[in-house]
Amino acid sequence: MKKIHGHPRSLRQVSTHYCPGCGHGIAHRLIAEVVDELGIRERVIGIAPVGCAVIAYDYWDFDCSEAAHGRALAVATAIKRVRPENIVFTYQGDGDLAAIGTNETIHAANRGENLTVVFINNAIYGMTGGQMAPTTLLGQKTATTPEGRDKSQGWPLKISEMLALLSGVKYIERTSLHSPGDIINTKRAIKQAFQNQIDGVGFSLVEVLSPCPTYWGLSPLDALKWVKDAMSKEFPIGRIK
Amino acid sequence: MKKTKKVLMIGNEAIAEGALQAGCRFYSGYPITPQNELPAYMAKHMPEAGGIFIQAESELSAINMVFGAAAAGAMAMTSSSSPGISLKQEGISYIAGAELPAVIVNVMRGGPGLGNIWPAQSDYFQATRSGGHGDYHLIVLAPASVQESYDIMFTAFNLADKYRIPVMILADGMLGQMMEPVIARSQKPGVKKLPAKPWTLTGCKGRNPNIVKSFYMALGDLEKFNLALQKEYKVIRQEEQRWESFFLDDAEVVLVAYGTMARIVKTAVNKLRANAKKVGLIRPITLWPFPEAVFKRLAASGRRLKFLVIEMSYGQMLEDVKLASGCKLPVEFLGRSGGGIPAETEIIRKINSLLK
Repeated sequence: MKKIHGHPRSLRQVSTHYCPGCGHGIAHRLIAEVVDELGIRERVIGIAPVGCAVIAYDYWDFDCSEAAHGRALAVATAIKRVRPENIVFTYQGDGDLAAIGTNETIHAANRGENLTVVFINNAIYGMTGGQMAPTTLLGQKTATTPEGRDKSQGWPLKISEMLALLSGVKYIERTSLHSPGDIINTKRAIKQAFQNQIDGVGFSLVEVLSPCPTYWGLSPLDALKWVKDAMSKEFPIGRIK
Repeated sequence: MKKTKKVLMIGNEAIAEGALQAGCRFYSGYPITPQNELPAYMAKHMPEAGGIFIQAESELSAINMVFGAAAAGAMAMTSSSSPGISLKQEGISYIAGAELPAVIVNVMRGGPGLGNIWPAQSDYFQATRSGGHGDYHLIVLAPASVQESYDIMFTAFNLADKYRIPVMILADGMLGQMMEPVIARSQKPGVKKLPAKPWTLTGCKGRNPNIVKSFYMALGDLEKFNLALQKEYKVIRQEEQRWESFFLDDAEVVLVAYGTMARIVKTAVNKLRANAKKVGLIRPITLWPFPEAVFKRLAASGRRLKFLVIEMSYGQMLEDVKLASGCKLPVEFLGRSGGGIPAETEIIRKINSLLK
């Protein structure tokens, strides 16, 4: 019998620590499937963030490094420059990439580093208990915006659109995990971002809208609905550059 | 016969050239006075050596690039001056926690805050007491001449690789800007056979995946890791103390100074010796591990002598001298900071008052 689907080689067969309905597990698996399909498991180097995905290297089955909060793209820049034959990617949340690491993000992008970035936007800080993120929607209640975010705390930061202005950036797409079709689309975009690096195209980033039922205070199903009805209105899905 | 050539260099250039000759192939940094000639030298000569130079967008980014380069197996280095070194502390702690070899150069200037750009030695505590968070140490080396600034880079990279530890060169603005002849090596006698690096990130071809991290979440794991670090620090304390000493045999006053300050003190000592004054000098070369051995020996000798610590700070190494001598001998101090440097005349006056 022909085997048409199985557990990705690049994903360890272990349980994750993620909450029910969290998007990280899906995103991890998509990356593992892409790495397998591109045949790059033995030359890929992943950079795990600080945040809920801090131990992503316990789930992926290939070389990985940690990075201090926000510094993933500085670490990745150096690894890629030292080992250009390797395929180097960062996996970062919204706080990591768009708040504490904004500087590292913008300048790695502006240098046009030949890197792949998977940017998980769930509009909240998960690991630390649900505080306001740079991407938190106006009106969204969090631990640090108990009455809902208002404009005095800033508007939701559209870092992908900002990065698209930079000459060094070659590919940016925003996708979502709220439906099977969107998950398949996310995998296609992630694959494109890795293929770009293999082809030497340059800085490529996929922003993935991802549910956080626990800190949104929603059931997993309602969280998916909120991605579709609220998040994707503020952060439109589609090719940005 | 080995070919040697003598060239005039300033300290910042000598550090850069020494690093390149020692095998450094990755440099990232951010401009700050008084060390700017160092990255400029790297920008010009690193590509010729086949290495990578990156001007980073910040000190934070520069040190985290060093983290990445070291994780990928390169002999990596960054440099800065005091305020910039404060910014690098986050990355230095991570480098220590991930057991990565790296070299960090601090061409010290006056502080606190923005301070000024004049030479100072007021970052001694930060360098020797783990400037970032956590129980860790750097090996800290203090050159006192332009030649030694060049030579010490071989030691720095060797020790970094040998112990998988960040090594700091603690220089100052005077040393960085001072021009002296340097005998550059055409070969690499200082580069020893360094340990293989099976832990680096190269892609997991033919082996299990490598993970570079400083994160130990499971209960007890971090304590175990810290104990392993402490065990290594104990070995370093035993094996790697370095110092230079002069006239200790009959000295009644033993001066203690490092770096630029030791140069000035040495001149004073030589002048006093010419007048048959019984003064000596200990010049620590490793500030961590502090050269306790020589102090312990003197403290145990039963001799009645005094230490006089002289620093371009208000008394930082002073504490290590007291600790190393077990407070068994009197320890006097002379220091200035914020741009002031104890002058030869001040030093001689102070010594004479102690010899009375």
